[in-house]
Amino acid sequence: MKLADLAQLLGAEFVTGAEYADREVTRAFAADLLSDVLAMVQEEGVLLITGMTTPQVVRVAEVMNMGAVLFVRGKYPTGATVEYAAGAGIPLLAASGDMYETCGVLYQAGLLPARRKGFRLDRPASPSRPPA
Amino acid sequence: MTGPQAPPALRLKRIYEVAPRDLERAGTVSTEVRRELLALGMSPEVVRRASVVCFEGEMNMVLYSEGGRIILLVKEDRVELLFSDRGPGIADVNLASQPGYSTAPDWARELGFGAGLGITNMEENSDLFKIRSRVGKGTVVRATILLGVPFF
Repeated sequence: MKLADLAQLLGAEFVTGAEYADREVTRAFAADLLSDVLAMVQEEGVLLITGMTTPQVVRVAEVMNMGAVLFVRGKYPTGATVEYAAGAGIPLLAASGDMYETCGVLYQAGLLPARRKGFRLDRPASPSRPPA
Repeated sequence: MTGPQAPPALRLKRIYEVAPRDLERAGTVSTEVRRELLALGMSPEVVRRASVVCFEGEMNMVLYSEGGRIILLVKEDRVELLFSDRGPGIADVNLASQPGYSTAPDWARELGFGAGLGITNMEENSDLFKIRSRVGKGTVVRATILLGVPFF
C-alpha cells in the first residue's frame, strides 16, 4: 500500500516526508512499547503504528529501517521529533482514529501484519489471518 | 596448525559517550552504530541485531546509569558492543535479566521503555552475551554478534 493511499484511507496527514508519498509499505506493526518493536519486528520497511510521539520512536524506526511511522489517537509529534524524522528520511503521518480502529481499517484494506518473532501463546498451526 | 592463531583483524573501533537522563539524545549512538555498520557493507540482519542490542543498552544507560560509554568493535568475524557505566550497579543481575522485571520510574515508562525487556532483547539478539555488575562500581556488558553464523 502506498503511503498516499494509506493517508487517504484514514484521512491522515503527512507531518513530514510527504515526498515519500509513493513509498510502499506491505506490512505493519502496532505498539506503544518500543521494546516490543525492537524485540519483535523482524523485517525492514514495516509501517509502525503508535501513540508514542517522542524522538525515540523515530530513532527506533530508523534503526529498524521502518517504512514510516503513523501516529494514532490524534497524537502529534513535537518539533524535535519531526525535525529528526525529516533529517533521517522517515515519513511521519498523523491520524485521528484510535489504534484499534486505524489498524482495523488498514487490515481490511489488505495491509498484513509484520512478520515477527514467536509469541508465548503462538500455536504451531495458528493461521496468520482469520478465516474469511 | 602450530602456535596461537593471530587475533581477528580490527576493521573499526568507535567510542561513544552516553550521558545520564539525556532523553533528547537517547538513541543517537544506536543510529550512529547502524550507519557505521551499513557503511562497512554488513548484512541487514547483522545491522538490525546490532542496532537493537545497542538501542536497548543505550536506553538502559540513559535511564538508569550515571553515564558511561559504548564501544563498537568490528572485527573480521564479529561485531562487538561493549557497554560500561559508572554506576550505580545492579544488585541482582539474574533478577534484572528476567523478562518483565523492571525498576523503571513512570517517566521512563512514558517514553515506551521500562517494560523489563531490555536485557532480554540484548541477549536474544547476541550470539555471545556477558553482563557483570557491582553495586557502587557499575555495570559492564559485552554483546557479540558473530558473522556468518546462522541466527534463528
